[in-house]
Amino acid sequence: MLTLEGVSYRYAGATRASLRDVSLTLRDGEVLGVVGRSEAGKSTLCLVVSGLAPRTLGGTLSGRLLIDGRDAAGRAMHDMASDVAIGFQNPGTQLSGVATTVYEEVAFGPMNLGIGRDQVLRRTESSIDALAIRVLVDRDPDRLSGGQQQLVAIAGLLALAPRHLILDEPTAQLDPAGTRLVSDAIRRLAAGGASILIVEQKVDLLAGVCDRVMALDEGRVTLEGQAESVLANPALHALGVAEPSPTRLRRLATEAGVAARTIEVALSRAATEAADA
Amino acid sequence: MPDLALEGLVHVYREGGVRAVDGVDLHIGAGERVAIIGQNGSGKSTLVRHLNGLLRPTTGRVLVDGVDAAGRTVAQLARSVGLVFQDPDRQIFAGSVRTEVEFGPRNLGLRGDELRSSVEWALAAVGLESDAKTNPYDLGASRRKLLALASVLAMRTAVLVLDEPTTGQDELGVQRVRSVIDDAHGQGRTVIAISHDMRFVAEGFERVVVMHSGRVVLEGAPERVFRRDAWDQLASTFLEPPLPAVIGDRMGLESTPTDAMLIRALSRELG
Repeated sequence: MLTLEGVSYRYAGATRASLRDVSLTLRDGEVLGVVGRSEAGKSTLCLVVSGLAPRTLGGTLSGRLLIDGRDAAGRAMHDMASDVAIGFQNPGTQLSGVATTVYEEVAFGPMNLGIGRDQVLRRTESSIDALAIRVLVDRDPDRLSGGQQQLVAIAGLLALAPRHLILDEPTAQLDPAGTRLVSDAIRRLAAGGASILIVEQKVDLLAGVCDRVMALDEGRVTLEGQAESVLANPALHALGVAEPSPTRLRRLATEAGVAARTIEVALSRAATEAADA
Repeated sequence: MPDLALEGLVHVYREGGVRAVDGVDLHIGAGERVAIIGQNGSGKSTLVRHLNGLLRPTTGRVLVDGVDAAGRTVAQLARSVGLVFQDPDRQIFAGSVRTEVEFGPRNLGLRGDELRSSVEWALAAVGLESDAKTNPYDLGASRRKLLALASVLAMRTAVLVLDEPTTGQDELGVQRVRSVIDDAHGQGRTVIAISHDMRFVAEGFERVVVMHSGRVVLEGAPERVFRRDAWDQLASTFLEPPLPAVIGDRMGLESTPTDAMLIRALSRELG
C-alpha cells in the first residue's frame, strides 16, 4: 500500500509548487491511473511517490509519504528503491547504461537485489517472454528503436517483481501489440498483489487496466474515483484529457443525430469483436 | 517543391549488423501527407533518416527532386528536408527557447526581420510564443517535444518529417501537431510522419505506408489499409485498425477508418 497525505512539492529553484495538497491511497493489488494535461504534475507525482523527489532531486516536500503504512521520511533512496520501482517517461533514462546486451539489461535490476542466481534468471526469462522481446536478447540496448527500448525498460522493471510500481507513460512509444503486452503485464502484476500507479495519455488503455483514476490539474487532485465513472466524466475533457473512444463516438453520434440505440449496438458489436480476438 | 524517391533502399547498421531497412521502393510526391506505421523496430525511423542524409544507404538510392542525395551534404539536404526526432532531447541544446528555434533558420542564412518572423511564426504554431526566454529544460517533456518541432518548422523546409510527433502529448498538444501538419499541407509542403496512433494516422493523412521487418508490406489510403480484407495482414505486422473501422465492419458498412466516416455512414444507412 502507498499513501500520500496532504503532499505538496516544489522543485529546487521553482517559484511555485508542482504538487499541492495531494492525498491518495493505493491499495495492494490496485491499479490507479493518473490523467491530466501536460505539466499538470503527473510526472512530479511519480517522482514523489517513488521517493526520488526530494531525495535525489532536492526541492521542498511537505506532507507525508507512507509505504505499507510506514513513513518514508528519513529513508535513503537505495532503501526506498527496494520497495518502489519507477519507470520513467523516456526509456533512454531508464536503461542502466552498463549492460551490453538486452538480456543483461533485464537481469541488471534483479542482480542488484541480492537474490539467488536461479531466481534472477527465472525472473529475467519470464519478463523477456512477457514482453515478447526474446528476439532482442543479444542486441545492444543503446542500439534499439525507441519502442524496443521502452519494452526492454519495462521488462527490467517486471524482473524486479516490485510490490509497488510507478509507471510514467509506459506505452508512449509502443505499437498497439506492445501496448497490449504492457497492459496484460500490469494486470498480472496487480493480480499478484502489487500496487501500481500509471500515468498515461492513452485513456483507452487506462479504461482497460485501472481500478481507479485520478485527474490532476495545476498540481491538485480535481477528480478521483472508480475508473469507468471518472473516464466518462465530461469534466475530464475540460482538464485537457481526451475522452475514451466509446464516449467520444457516443457524443459525435448524438451531435450528428444518429439514434442512441444505433451507436450502442455498434459499440457492443465492436466490443464482442475485441473479446473474440 | 521536391518529390522524394527511395529506390531499393537497404540499410544495415554497421554495429550489430542489423538489416533495419531491407529493400524499400517508395515515391512520395510533392505536397503529399504520408503516414508510416509498423511494429516497434520495423525500420521506420531508420528509413526516414535517409531523407535528410543523416543515414546513407548501404545499397540503393535516395532521390530528392530527382537528384541522388548521395552527392549532397546533410547541410544541403536540410534546406529541403526538416526532420524532427522522436526524442526531443537528441535535438535540443540551446539555453533558451528562442535561441533553439533560431539555430536552424540562422544556419540557412536568415537574418533580421526575416529570421525574427520565422521564429515568431514557428513558436506561435506550437503554442510556445510566451516561452521564448524560457530555458528548454524548464519545459515539461511534451513542450520540449513541441519546441523540437518548432525549431524544424522555422526552417520552412519543403518537406517535414516527423518521428512520432504525438507521443506524450495531451489532447491540446495532439491538436497543435495536427494543425501544424494541416497548415504545412495547405502551403503545399510534403509531410511524412511516423506514428503508432492509428486515429491520428487515419484522420490526418491521405496515404499510409505499413512497414514490417524493414520492408513496405502494404500502402494506400486509410480506407484501403484499414479495410477488412487487410486486417489479417495488419495483424501479422502487429498492428490493428482504428476503432471506427472495427465498428463499421461489424455494422456491415464500407471501410470507415475515422470517426467522421463512421458517423456519416451510420447516419446515412441507419439513421
